Amino acid sequence: MQLQAVNDFVVKFANVNGSGSASANELFARSILRMGVPVSPRNIFPSNIQGLPTWYEVRVNETGYQGRRGGVDLMVAMNPQTWDNDVKEIEPGGYLFYDSSKPLPKSKFRDDVNVIGMPLTEICNATYTDPRQRQLFKNIIYVGALSALLEIDPAEIEKLFSEQYKGKEALLQSNVKALRLGRDYALQNLSCPIGLTIKRSNNVGNKIFIDGNSAAALGAVYGGASVCAWYPITPSSSLAEAFIKYCQKLRVDPASGQNKFGIIQGEDELASIGIAIGAGWNGARSFTATSGPGISLMQEFIGLAHFAEIPVVLIDVQRGGPSTGMPTRTQQSDVLACAYASHGDTKHVLLFPEDPTECFELTAQAFDLAERLQTPVFVMTDLDIGMNTRLCEPFQWDDTREYDRGKVMSHADLESGRDFGRYLDVDGDGIPFRTYPGTHPTKGAYFTRGTTKDRYARYSEAGPDYVDNMQRLLRKFETAKQLVPKPLLYPAEKPARFGAIFYGSTSPAMVEAMHVLAEKGIHVNALRVRGFPFAEEINDFVANHPWVFVVEQNRDAQLKTMLVNEAKLNPSRLLSILHYDGTPITARYIVDQISQHAAARTVVPLKRVS
Amino acid sequence: MTYLAKPKLHHPTLAKNQVGYTRRDYEGKISTLCAGCGHDSISASIVQACWELDIEPHRVAKLSGIGCSSKTPDYFLGNSHGFNSVHGRMPSVLTGANLANRDLLYMGVSGDGDSASIGIGQFVHAIRRGVNMVYIVENNGVYGLTKGQFSATADKGSKSKRGIANMDEPLDLIGMAMILGATYVGRSFSGDKKQLVPLIKGAIEHQGAAFIDVISPCVAFNNHAGSTKSYEYVRQHNEAVNRLDFIEGREEITADYDAGEVVNVTQHDGSIIRLRKLAGDYDPTDRIKVMNYLQQRAAAGEVVTGLLYIDPQAQDLHHHLNTVETPLNQLATRDLCPGAVALERINASLR
Ligand SMILES: Cc1ncc(C[n+]2csc(CCOP(=O)(O)OP(=O)(O)O)c2C)c(N)n1
Ligand code: SF4
Repeated sequence: MQLQAVNDFVVKFANVNGSGSASANELFARSILRMGVPVSPRNIFPSNIQGLPTWYEVRVNETGYQGRRGGVDLMVAMNPQTWDNDVKEIEPGGYLFYDSSKPLPKSKFRDDVNVIGMPLTEICNATYTDPRQRQLFKNIIYVGALSALLEIDPAEIEKLFSEQYKGKEALLQSNVKALRLGRDYALQNLSCPIGLTIKRSNNVGNKIFIDGNSAAALGAVYGGASVCAWYPITPSSSLAEAFIKYCQKLRVDPASGQNKFGIIQGEDELASIGIAIGAGWNGARSFTATSGPGISLMQEFIGLAHFAEIPVVLIDVQRGGPSTGMPTRTQQSDVLACAYASHGDTKHVLLFPEDPTECFELTAQAFDLAERLQTPVFVMTDLDIGMNTRLCEPFQWDDTREYDRGKVMSHADLESGRDFGRYLDVDGDGIPFRTYPGTHPTKGAYFTRGTTKDRYARYSEAGPDYVDNMQRLLRKFETAKQLVPKPLLYPAEKPARFGAIFYGSTSPAMVEAMHVLAEKGIHVNALRVRGFPFAEEINDFVANHPWVFVVEQNRDAQLKTMLVNEAKLNPSRLLSILHYDGTPITARYIVDQISQHAAARTVVPLKRVS
Repeated sequence: MTYLAKPKLHHPTLAKNQVGYTRRDYEGKISTLCAGCGHDSISASIVQACWELDIEPHRVAKLSGIGCSSKTPDYFLGNSHGFNSVHGRMPSVLTGANLANRDLLYMGVSGDGDSASIGIGQFVHAIRRGVNMVYIVENNGVYGLTKGQFSATADKGSKSKRGIANMDEPLDLIGMAMILGATYVGRSFSGDKKQLVPLIKGAIEHQGAAFIDVISPCVAFNNHAGSTKSYEYVRQHNEAVNRLDFIEGREEITADYDAGEVVNVTQHDGSIIRLRKLAGDYDPTDRIKVMNYLQQRAAAGEVVTGLLYIDPQAQDLHHHLNTVETPLNQLATRDLCPGAVALERINASLR
């Protein structure tokens, strides 16, 4: 049997970390995109620099489903270390492409898998003398071979080379040569094409291909962040690095050559959040990017920013916890840690982007929210969105948009005799006015502190002052409810008795799962939560469904816990679908879980509900 | 409630400085520290230095950590914004504030517990980054606010109030600041206002990381026999290497120094630090010699005070980061946002 599919299959590359395969694999994915066929690639990599196994999984899907599907149709097995497991993962009738330079016993193969051997090492050794070249070009050679096997237009790959190596003629030529070497070998020696092929299409449209960390970094540039302090941690480092790159491109004053930004790689997370808080206090838009362990270290400072009411943005690119957990795997497991970060009674604003486009939008919006609310705002992404390149809607910006700098009293405001009390709730929305240091010689100065105070920022341990302040902070949180992005409804095509709540990177798998379930006759209305505090719409949604699934990528149902706690939802109506092995959740998994639940609850006939 | 407002009555004859303020305008709330606490004298010296330098109080941002010493910013410069951050983390908050607005004067006040223990990392890194600030440690060798535990600067062998001897090596913040590349390093004694005021003035005008370690006896927990941070001990072991006077570049006044060798150190901004050398060959611009000298005197049990080191041509964090002259917090949407056209170009590059 041979699997047959056009523009709808999964290719997985099994490589060794540090062998230079990453750029070749990405080239493969991009060339398919250039043929108008949507792809969604994912890096599955170890917390290690060299030598350990790494995978790159490309889902090709004409419809545009971008979640992980599960299963592999073509395995490019380049790592002997993981061979057995890699071979096991192939779907029956699927394909195994491998380096046949050294013979392998028959027991290493599967009868129900189509084997394609190509002596890659031999070819490289015959062509190149330099060991590094042998290694690097081996990757390009297999991309060449795959182009023949899958009918990818080699002209598209060569065009990608010429864009990548613009002005570097020698590199361009040598890459083209390697590509053709692989392609020609395959055309002459292998049976091309196989059952999986790429056919030119036009389903990519004007979508862009970018990772969430770069997108969030760009969102920070557009959102007006001028101070960034960070400390390296996977998977957030590339966010700060992208911010540096974009600032150098977009924020250098052309006249003076000077920077309209200040970026500091802190000595640790404590310093990074401290720097961001100092800048936020002094009226600059500032942020830090980190992941779980960094959030833990920032706790004391987060409480200070909350209680002293200082705007600051934290971008948490979540990875697998607890502790160092799975540093290079994905999870949504910092939700509770961020929502209630620090000690005492604290609650924080969270935003949940689903993809790079929303990483851009919600990060930019986070700065407005932080300044409007004068509080820390968390953008909750994760490794899956942050570090994988995704096909997504192009970024948009409205040039008439002005930053919302929040309630700041100017020199003129103070001169006009307006009463300034740093923690006075003048408008009843819980948000007081602030002043920037240096504003006025005699008015508006106040003392910022983490200790308790009265409405005029004077130290006060008096119970009523404390309670008054804590109540106002609650009112402010209520105000935040109106300002955070509303949840989005994904209605089923037919009346549905099941609802599903999901958020963040679960999105593509969830959307696909809804369609697959509908085909099986299980209709599900879904609601994607985009912000905390929770909007009233969530309560309405749950009220309209006897059962609501809460789909998330952690063990303890963290969002569900918050829904019960904060939105006062009835826990017995909420059914958790949890996935937390570090890999991104798949549509298959969601379909499976929901089908099982549905089967167990078939007591209510469909038509009575509609 | 420990908040006490100060009456705002000014005597009409109080002298005014060039910017029209009296000394009272540089004061803050009434101190709630123990009567006789060295920290209060340091506050008074800060007040004096700012008044004499004609600094507009609201152009100062005063930041601190947690501790008795860190409370003091509430007790001076009442018209300045103050920030009492978390224990040991003043340096990072100050660094961020400084990044946001390079036009203000940043004064960081900390304790030896705050800076030498929990905050040692932040102390180290703020200094090595060259943040333009006046960083004052009010060093009493003890945790005041938590009632008398040894701090990391307590000398080996010195005794606590209960008579227990400290057996750990002391951490030398001055030595560290020297190694870390602080460009202005001074040590003084809270009881020596004549030395401390000009030392603070020089630090204020200095365009870089200025660090001043001020020995500041804690009358409640560390001012007894056996303490090496008591008034008595410091007075007996103080060895001043120089006496200094600070002269603003604009109008040089002749000082009344006549004895000893006198040298002028001219800083970046034209301000002049006039030093009367007490230790004959003491050269505060030679980092290596200074470090040697300090080690020698420390070994002999002396507490060297004065302006210990200065690099008059120092450059600060903003110089290293090449930031624009306009404070970052004053950049508006149009300065910061690259706009839709640039975004479309970025979109195009991602297809
Ligand atoms: C994270 C944290 N740990 C401990 C404390 C308790 N604490 C408050 S002040 C202080 C020491 C202050 O000592 P120092 O900085 O020398 O100042 P002093 O009171 O002596 O002037 C400590 C340990 C705290 N506030 N925060
Ligand atoms: S306990 Fe010591 S340091 Fe604190 S106020 Fe009293 S004398 Fe000063």
